[in-house]
Amino acid sequence: MDSISLEGFIIDDREAGLFRVNRQAFRSPEILALEHERVFERCWIYAGHESEIPQPGDFCSRRVAGRPIILAHGSDGQVRVLLNTCTHRGTLVCREPRGNARTFQCPYHAWTYNNCGELVGVPGEDAYSAAFDRKELGLGVPPRVESYRGFVFVNFDPHSESLLDYLAGATEYLDLVCDQSEVGMEIVQGTQTYSMRANWKLLVENSFDGYHAMPTHQRYMAFLAEIGGMDMPAISRLHGEGKALGNGHAVIEYEPPWGRPVARWAPYFGEAKKAEFAATQQKLTARFGKEWAYRVAQTSRNLLIFPNLVINDIMAVTVRTFFPVSPDYMEVSAWAFAPKEESPEDRALRLDNFLTFLGPGGFATPDDVEMLESCQKGFANKEVAWSDISRGMKRAHPVTSDELQIREFWRRWRDLLMLRPARIEASRAA
Amino acid sequence: MTMTAGATIPVTRQEVEDFLYEEAALLDEWRLEEWLQLLTEDAAYYVPSTDVPEGDHKTTLFLIADDTMRIRSRVKQLLGKSAHAEHPHSRTRRMISNVRIRKTEGESISVTANFVVYRVRMEQTDTYVGRYEYQLVRHNGRLKIRERRAILDLDALRPQGKVSIIL
Repeated sequence: MDSISLEGFIIDDREAGLFRVNRQAFRSPEILALEHERVFERCWIYAGHESEIPQPGDFCSRRVAGRPIILAHGSDGQVRVLLNTCTHRGTLVCREPRGNARTFQCPYHAWTYNNCGELVGVPGEDAYSAAFDRKELGLGVPPRVESYRGFVFVNFDPHSESLLDYLAGATEYLDLVCDQSEVGMEIVQGTQTYSMRANWKLLVENSFDGYHAMPTHQRYMAFLAEIGGMDMPAISRLHGEGKALGNGHAVIEYEPPWGRPVARWAPYFGEAKKAEFAATQQKLTARFGKEWAYRVAQTSRNLLIFPNLVINDIMAVTVRTFFPVSPDYMEVSAWAFAPKEESPEDRALRLDNFLTFLGPGGFATPDDVEMLESCQKGFANKEVAWSDISRGMKRAHPVTSDELQIREFWRRWRDLLMLRPARIEASRAA
Repeated sequence: MTMTAGATIPVTRQEVEDFLYEEAALLDEWRLEEWLQLLTEDAAYYVPSTDVPEGDHKTTLFLIADDTMRIRSRVKQLLGKSAHAEHPHSRTRRMISNVRIRKTEGESISVTANFVVYRVRMEQTDTYVGRYEYQLVRHNGRLKIRERRAILDLDALRPQGKVSIIL
């Protein structure tokens, strides 16, 4: 499939207010191959968070953009991403999901690398010629590795823009998430690793889709009403806005019906917490001023960092990333993200609040899985060629139940697949 | 099997097995209101994340950490129409084996068992493998569940994708 045949894949008629996506985008293996080449090999891809490896020697290993990698905190204090393959014959040099190690020794022929990736041991090295240079045979690294507020990203395109330029307007929202803490946020241990029998882009759409909240998550809303004494008409709306942030990143930000640590009190947190939450809000106001402090603690946001990092700062904060395995199957990893200084009691409260909604055993995510898998099944009806994403397209100020944020993703996706170099500016998209 | 000196009411493996088989039948038959009757007033239900199977839900992100209120809400949701992932209901079949009484202390009985739970729905069969850790108590002569912990041996919920049933 060349870029010409992609021309009609997306109907983006701003004048008429119509936006349609050809459903081949969700089921074609050729599209997936193009996505690997033009999206996952070109964009900044989230690899992990520095807080997962706080001490020198700490490491964790995982798959990112199809590659087994090691996120390693070297004894020299530097955080690195190392490609997990022995430069000798290919073996994974690290087969533990996490730990602390000075060295990674390949189990096959015992080549040994230090935790900075340098090759420091080759058994029987005298058998090699003078041309054999250990210094050239350290563990591979991605062409680019950069981080923003502890979020470590890799880029397999050596010529890409910097991470900061790439993130564009999304940094504002990452800041809002991170400013909950005075000393820094951390990934909490315990990973929700799951999957969906659905195209990965369906999860992009779903992760910041305010329109589906009531029908799909009716049971969560009812649960919330039950425990919190909130009235249904009020909680059925997520007052707020959808916003394009440039480069395909987008967000919805709104007044949520739920309480949230660190400072948005709800009846189900108990009276004892009320004053404490108010004091936290005051502290935030003193640090940041009233407006920013209000947004940090009182509003919720569902943020997409294009293409596949979702940070949903809702009743708790989840960091979620996912990769396609085939057009109709994706693997998802999700973590809880929390202030490092949180008291044990508050941490427990946060995790509890997290699980009411989020994750594959929560009162919401299983129904999302069901909906997306159901969409994927529906796509077998090739006669129905288009999905409609036009909601709120003519509205001057898009609300959370509109689909501006979803269109933003698709526009960037289209441009990358069609090798259009230009960035989508936030202003144009709005 | 360890029986501590403090054990007041003897419990046999057969009694525990009968109890777990009955529980499994109630769950497989979606008789969830009756299943709730097997729980104490302060019951808890846990499914740890697959990468920290021995974690504590207060410090570690779990898949499920229900207190009694949430268990009851879960059951109500599952029996209603808005739990889309289980409406229409899946069919499940639970295989429970290797039942062991690990400790008895007063009225409390710690039990472990292995499980395989098959979930069949819409042309897909998903398999959950792991072990249970139960804290049972004797209440008016009958066994009740104070805590049930389903610890998965899976690397990840792949391809299962979710735990929408009571595991």
